[in-house]
Amino acid sequence: MSLYGLQKLMYELNRDEALQSQYRADRDSILSNFKLDAEERQAIDDEDIGLLYILGVNGQILMHFAAMCGYAWPDYIQAMRDALQVHGNVRAGIYATTDGQGAI
Amino acid sequence: MSLVFAGVCSHGPGITGRKDMADPQHVAALYAAFAQMRHKLEAAQPDVLVVIAAEHFANFFMNNMPAYCLGLADEYSGPIEDPEWLGIARTTFPGAPGLSKRLIQSLLEDVDVAYAEEWKFDHGISVPLHFLTPACDLPIIPANINCQGPPLTPLHRAWAFGESLGRACTAAPERIAIIATGGISHWPATPDSGKINEAWDREFLTRWAANDKAKLLSYTDAETYAEAGQGGFEIRTFIALACATQGMPAAVDYYQPIPIFAVGCTVGTVDVR
Ligand SMILES: [Fe+2]
Repeated sequence: MSLYGLQKLMYELNRDEALQSQYRADRDSILSNFKLDAEERQAIDDEDIGLLYILGVNGQILMHFAAMCGYAWPDYIQAMRDALQVHGNVRAGIYATTDGQGAI
Repeated sequence: MSLVFAGVCSHGPGITGRKDMADPQHVAALYAAFAQMRHKLEAAQPDVLVVIAAEHFANFFMNNMPAYCLGLADEYSGPIEDPEWLGIARTTFPGAPGLSKRLIQSLLEDVDVAYAEEWKFDHGISVPLHFLTPACDLPIIPANINCQGPPLTPLHRAWAFGESLGRACTAAPERIAIIATGGISHWPATPDSGKINEAWDREFLTRWAANDKAKLLSYTDAETYAEAGQGGFEIRTFIALACATQGMPAAVDYYQPIPIFAVGCTVGTVDVR
């Protein structure tokens, strides 16, 4: 259920430069507004794009968030591939891979 | 008849953001196709450009997701993405609130469309406009179809939306250009990024160019998801434009799968004369 809050956090950050600045200056002041479980909070703290992908964050939201975190394109794709090896396929949503591997 | 231009194109963020990672010949041909589309658009001397888009959570979220929404703003800003990542500088675009209001009022006869006086563009609109209105001086009216956060509107409703939008544009005195932008088959923002079902794309584009309503509406979302990926849901934008330009000859001017752009890159135009 907190996947909703996790995605909403990223949605709001992705579209608002002022919020991004506040987030960088005082992360807790933003995160306290969103209900995240421990795994989600850790993934956000670590900017663990791979785990966020596995948790079921919509790919369009995650792609913008990864860019915001400074991921170069190949590293962003690789982070998702690596996470599939570690955690197995995506747990929710429409962004699961077709074969649990990543086709290319 | 005040529809002076109609066309379709891709909007993948890689088209601008990862252009240095693609085959230079592919990039040159795609950019030339966009330039050709821009020439046709400019030759039509439009007063305003309506963009049927499939935005990616720049404005709408699952707290209150409109199936259809038209912009009603004085101006729009974008892209929301990091400008360096997207390869497009942040800017503002003039709106056309007077026409927006009339279009919305007309649409409401048939479609319970939402409207928004605030709207930020993401790559879904910023990439096409980067090529089509580089001076950012042509007034824009964004028209969004939710293609990202299921439950999604059925294809026959996208067709009906296009019908209503086409009728509203035709009745307006302004010279209106309209484009639809979406991917066809693609698995964007996944580890499968770069996978493209070219045969599926070509079949879809054949149906689009033929304005074949029955065949365009025959896809189920389950089939689209299996054969054309999450990104395939964006065919709704092409379908809406097909209906808005019913009876007019359409052509696919350019199609080329470019894996690093994560999509079969497409440019098509409709002969609205
Ligand atoms: Fe898209």
